[in-house]
Parts: sequence; structure tokens; C-alpha cells
Amino acid sequence: MQYLNDFRDPKLARGLVERIRCRATRRWTLMEVCGGQTHSLLRHGIDSELADVVEMIHGPGCPVCVTPSRSIDLAIALSRSPGVLLTSFGDMLRVPGSDGSLLDSRAAGGEVVGVYSPLESLRLAKEDPSRQVVFFAVGFETTAPATAVAIRQAARDGVHNFSLLVSHVTVLPAMRKLAEEADRRLDGFLAAGHVCAVTGFERYQALVDDYRTPIVVTGFEPVDLLVGIDRCVELLEAGRAELSNAYGRTVQSGGNPEAQRIVEEVYQVVDAPWRGFGPIAGGGLRLRDAYRDFDAEFRFAEQLDGSRAVVGESSVCRSGDVLAGRIKPTQCEAFGTRCRPESPLGAPMVSSEGACAAYYRYANHSRTVVTTIEKPEPRPS
Amino acid sequence: MNSDAYPACPVPGSSDGSRITLAHGEGGRLMRSMLRDGILPIFGIDAGRAGDATAVPIQGGRIAFATDGYVVSPLFFPGGDIGKLAVFGTVNDLAVSGATPRWLSLGLVIEEGLPWETLEAVLRSAAASADEAGVRIVTGDTKVVPRGTVDALFITTSGIGEPVEPEPVGPTGLRPGDELLVTNSIARHGIAVMAARDGLAIEPRPSSDCASLVPAIEALRGAGLPPRAMRDATRGGVAAVLHEWAAESRLTMSIDETLVPVDPTVAAVCELLGLDPLHVANEGTMVVAVSAGDVEPALAALRTTDVARGATRIGRVIGRQSAPVIVTRGLGRPLPLDEPLGAPMPRIC
Amino acid sequence: MCLAVPGRVVRWIEVDPISAIAEVEFGAVHRICHMACVPDAVPGDFVIVHAGVAISILDTDQADRLLTDLASALPSQMDASPAIIPERQTGEHRIDRDTESPRGG
Repeated sequence: MQYLNDFRDPKLARGLVERIRCRATRRWTLMEVCGGQTHSLLRHGIDSELADVVEMIHGPGCPVCVTPSRSIDLAIALSRSPGVLLTSFGDMLRVPGSDGSLLDSRAAGGEVVGVYSPLESLRLAKEDPSRQVVFFAVGFETTAPATAVAIRQAARDGVHNFSLLVSHVTVLPAMRKLAEEADRRLDGFLAAGHVCAVTGFERYQALVDDYRTPIVVTGFEPVDLLVGIDRCVELLEAGRAELSNAYGRTVQSGGNPEAQRIVEEVYQVVDAPWRGFGPIAGGGLRLRDAYRDFDAEFRFAEQLDGSRAVVGESSVCRSGDVLAGRIKPTQCEAFGTRCRPESPLGAPMVSSEGACAAYYRYANHSRTVVTTIEKPEPRPS
Repeated sequence: MNSDAYPACPVPGSSDGSRITLAHGEGGRLMRSMLRDGILPIFGIDAGRAGDATAVPIQGGRIAFATDGYVVSPLFFPGGDIGKLAVFGTVNDLAVSGATPRWLSLGLVIEEGLPWETLEAVLRSAAASADEAGVRIVTGDTKVVPRGTVDALFITTSGIGEPVEPEPVGPTGLRPGDELLVTNSIARHGIAVMAARDGLAIEPRPSSDCASLVPAIEALRGAGLPPRAMRDATRGGVAAVLHEWAAESRLTMSIDETLVPVDPTVAAVCELLGLDPLHVANEGTMVVAVSAGDVEPALAALRTTDVARGATRIGRVIGRQSAPVIVTRGLGRPLPLDEPLGAPMPRIC
Repeated sequence: MCLAVPGRVVRWIEVDPISAIAEVEFGAVHRICHMACVPDAVPGDFVIVHAGVAISILDTDQADRLLTDLASALPSQMDASPAIIPERQTGEHRIDRDTESPRGG
């Protein structure tokens, strides 16, 4: 596919690896913010290729991973309410709440369907007006436009059996918190390209100024990632804390104003808890009052009354430290032993975009390799 | 049961949209007439001679015996349907085990309300597929269950085959240096079913590879090239086969992603849904291991058949590494390939 | 959660601020995508599509320029070392490089 394969060119990628190696006079520590970038780095072995000059710390990444248990519990409660069909993205269905995942709920009789787009959920609602269709709206700023256009269309067309259970999160406030808490270990950030395609990146300048940390807007294909890393290392070597865009074909400095206008019309920014991080000021979105009728928490307030208890996360699981970049997944005691993709303790092991799952799949994860040799092969259940 | 919704006495074989009811499964006159007039003729079985069991001739002192259940939604998808799948699936299980498939059973579990037309289309497809694969369907069973207890139609087939000499040694006989082939482009069945099921509205619809592998295996034998091991890459895709072989042989399977053939439509759907074709199911494509010297003649023999026209080498067996299966992607660095966990799901993460 | 893929706009189907849709080509397949966020896209433009919704228009000049710049700035690496290049297959069963999954954020 055009503009996809070009940026996977092995020759360009290897040329960039060489250039980064030549450029670096020391080992730099960078954080890629988005889980999609984490996956691409590990899938192609870019992190190991550069290990001597760049240490990649995997950031909060995946909105599925940071969706709080409470939201998942609400989604599960809705899926078990009579006459309600709960829909969401495939990866969200596997993430455990405080008592099982949406897939577990389906096995126990809940109505749950995985969809590719919130617009598919809207179509399901139109096809069967006798059923209440709820879309569990998770995702970063990249995804908010998709759920916003779905709800605008439902409002205009009077589709009153469609609603959103909103658990959208916003990246910039979380990056600020990361920069504060990272114990000064981080030399630079690779910002999430597709988030910036919507939001733009002008607002990152304050972060660059406050923490004297370069931020490079970066894409997802191997060449894009390497261009982003190369730019960041170039800035660091020159001692320049600057904001730079290495994903210019997709990201404009102001982002996409029309997408922002649509999101702004539908949502307002609120404080929100992130799984593994705790509450983040301005870290989430909720539906504006004008769209309150399409808010599942409002529409099904009665059914949800018993599901609001806040439950703690597993005590062994160190997903909070992983998500904050304080430890690598392999440094967690439970990694690859008690915590595996088929029996995850924490969210980063569940989502295929999660840092722990990515390590389990692609990295030379020493704990798992030892297990593999000494014990029978891990087999799917 | 709401019998008002159905014709009082549906006539099996009619094309007026009559539906199967619970009564068709209860052993009485309705069931007998559905079998006699509807189902048995499709398979060329004489109703007068249909007993509870069928005696079949078999050569040699041993048989190969396989069974499988088929549940797919939707029942019809581009490139196939549940009837074709149920026949070729068990035929392929026998064939890759080193047997010539001969006889099949066909068990139907039907949800009440299934239109007879739908069932008839599925059965005709099964019959045509059996003819193509050179097997006879010689026994069967029909059950009708209340609405909601199965999804339209489930089929089980069991198959008997005659073992062929020499037997394939199987994955335990794999040796470092053996070469790994696939018989065609991969991931077509899983993507076809997913695209048909999930309202993705993708055009053109990718088509399933559902087919009999018998001609491909016969071509290898005809060329005097018995494979070291072969397995149809069904659920879990090529990655699942490689993981099984690695576990059974205690060796490492090393493949090069850039050599793995993927059709452009399948590749595009995988991009949109974020899926790895190596994890997606096939129903007429297998992984074959041959000794290093046999690669070219084996590929030449396979490519003489329709089902394996796209046969190609994707990697080789090497001594045990820390990872059981290794994939080399574009950047040239060998990395572990994970074992599929469950069914691949469309995702946007 | 940001798997987004570039596709070429083939034709507008509905021009409407709320329910704008267009047919978009992704390599060998076409799909209807929501276009409310990219009202200025015209047929032939590439858009970045996430969860069925186009979220931005791709600047093809920038894309081409980056590729050209890289190709000329990295001359010594253009002949890649055979030691780390896997052997390629030639002929009709060549790999389609589309098989790798993009992920985005």
C-alpha cells in the first residue's frame, strides 16, 4: 500500500540505524509515548538494533491499558443488563476489570460484540431498534473524533437506542506527569503521531520549555520511528531542547482543526483516573450536557448503581511502574510466570499494544526463555 | 414452539422457503421423508439400503481415522460454505496424516427454523466437494434442536482413509537443514470469514482458500518426494503449525516474512484490522517440510496442481534456539514469533 | 489505540457536515469511510483512516520529499550489507510488503 510500504524500506531503515549510531556520543534515554510505536519498535527489532546508543522506555502507550477497572466494570454491568448490547474495539474486550473481562461477561451470558468502528455500532442500533446498543468509547485523542462523529449522527438521526460509555483519555497531561515523575531519567520524548494528527503539537512547547526536554512528533513505520529517534538524538547531541515534527506528512502543527471542532462540540475535558497512574488533571473526556441523552452512564444510571465501587489493582502486578517507564516489563516479578497474555494480571499484558504483551511477544524476554527451555512449551489453553 | 411461523407440513426439497422444524428431528414420518426425499438423494444413497451403519471395503490391515466439528458464521462466505468446509477439513486432516481419504460420515445439528433451501445448498456443496476429493459420504445423522441452542447449523464429519506407504515421518523426524514450504498464499480463509461476518463492507471481498489438499500431496508422492512433515495450517495459521512442530521436534522453525506469500486483498484487510497473516486461519493451504535437496523438485511438483500453484519456500528448520519459532522481518533481524493466543480479533490498538 | 492506515479517496458518496462519507482505496480493497473531519479532501487525496473515520489528509509532497532526502542523504547504506539481508524471492510469488501491520498512537 502506498505511503505505508515506502516507510518500511529496509535499506532506508538500516541507513538510519547507522546514522544514529554515528551521531550518538553517549547512550540516550528516550520514551516513545504510544503503544503502537512500542509494538513497531519490538516487532522490527529496532530497540535491540540501537541498544548500545539509545535506551527506549515504553510510555503509557495504550489507552486500552490505562482504561480504569471501574470503567470496565461499568461496561460489564451494562452488557449484563437485559436488552443491552455492549460493543467496543476488539482489544478492549480482553482487558480484565476488577472481576473478569468483557469476553468473560459474554461467556457468562452478557451481550458483547467487537467492532472495527463506532459507526458499526450505530448501524447495529439502527438495524434493531428494540435493542439498546452501547459503544464503550475508549481511546486517545486519535479516537475521540470517531466516537464524536458517531454520536453526532445518532443525535441528528434520532437514534435513541444508541449511547456511549465514555472513557476517553488525553495524552498531553499524562506526558507532563511522566516528565515530572521520571526521576530525570528521560532525555527526550517521541510524541504519538496519530494523536498529534488530530491535536497538533503546538501545546507541547510548554512541556519542552518547562522540562528542557526535546519532543519529536513521530510516526509508526520503521523508517518513521528511526527518523524520529535520529532527530531526537541530533537535538540532544547539540544540546537543544526543542520541539520537532518528524511525521510531517500526517501531522500539521495545528493538527486537524475540523476534527478538533467536532470533538470540542461533543466532549469536554475532565479530570480522569488512568490505570496505573492514578488521577490525572484534565486527563479525560466526557460528553457535554447537550449530548447527555446519549451518555450511557446517565441513561442506565439505575442499572449501574451497584457497580460503582472502586476496586484496587493486583498487588503483585507492577503495571503502574511499567506504564510510567520506571521499570521494564521483564523487571516485574510476575512477568512471564504468573502474568502471561493468556492469564494477565495487569492491563499492559492484555492489550496487544501493551508494553508487557509486546515484550512477551517480540523481545528476547529472558524470564520467558528460561521457562521455555526448562518446562514444556507454553501452549494456548 | 411457535409453529404458526412455519408451514404446517413443510415438504422437504420444496423451494418455497419452508423451514426445518423440531418435528423433522424427532424420528417420525417427517424425518423419514426429509431423509428419503431430501437428504439421501443428494449423496446418491439408496433410501432402501440406508441402515444404521454402512460396511465399506478397505485395503490393508490399518485405517486412518479422523473427526472434526465445523461451526462457522456466516454459513456461506466468499470461496466456500460450511458443507464444503466440513468435507475438505476432514479430508485434509486425513491427507496430511499420510492417508488416502476414502469414506466420510456427516452429522448435522440443525437449529429449528433453518430454511430447507439453506440446508439443501449446504448439502449439495458437501456432496460436490466429496466427489471432487474422491471420498464417499456413507453414513450420517440429523438432529434438530430448539432455536438459540446452536447457531443455524453445526456439522461434524468423521473420515476413514487408507494409510499410504511410506508413512510420513512427521514433525519428530524433522532435521536441522530441512526446508519449510507453504503450498499457497496464506490467511485467505480467516480473512474471508472475518470480512463476511463483521460488516466491514470491504470490496472486493477476499475469498477463502477452502479446498482439498489431496492433489498437492499426490503430486509430491508422484514425484517420489514424500515430505518429512506436512500439516494444514487451520486455526492459528502458519504460526500455530510452526509452534507445534517446534515443540514436537525440539528444534527451531526459522522463517523469513518477506518470503511468505500474501494476496494483496488479504494483506490490505490485515493492515486495516491490525492482524498478522501468520496468525490467520487457512483451509486449503499447508506447511510442508522437505529435506534441503528436495526443495526445487517439490515446489515444481506442487505447482502443477491448482491448490498449490503458489507453493513457495518460506524458511528452514534450525537447531534449537532460545525461541521455538523465529521470524526475520524486513530489517533483517531474527525475532521470536509468538504463538497465537486465541482467535484473532479486529483491533485498532 | 491508534492503528491508522493511509488510503486514497476514490469518490465522495455523501457531502454532509454530519454524515459525510467517501469511498477510499486501501491497496487492493475499497471501503466506505467517514469524512466529517476532512471536508476539504478531494478524490486522489490520501487520508489517514482510524476506526473507519478519516482523521487527516496526508501531505504527499512531504512524504515524497522525506523519502528522496533520505535516499540521497544515506548513500553509503543504500547497498545494504548482504550479511543481514534475508534472501529475497523473485518471480510471481514475491512477498507483498503489505503484510506487516502498522500501529499507531
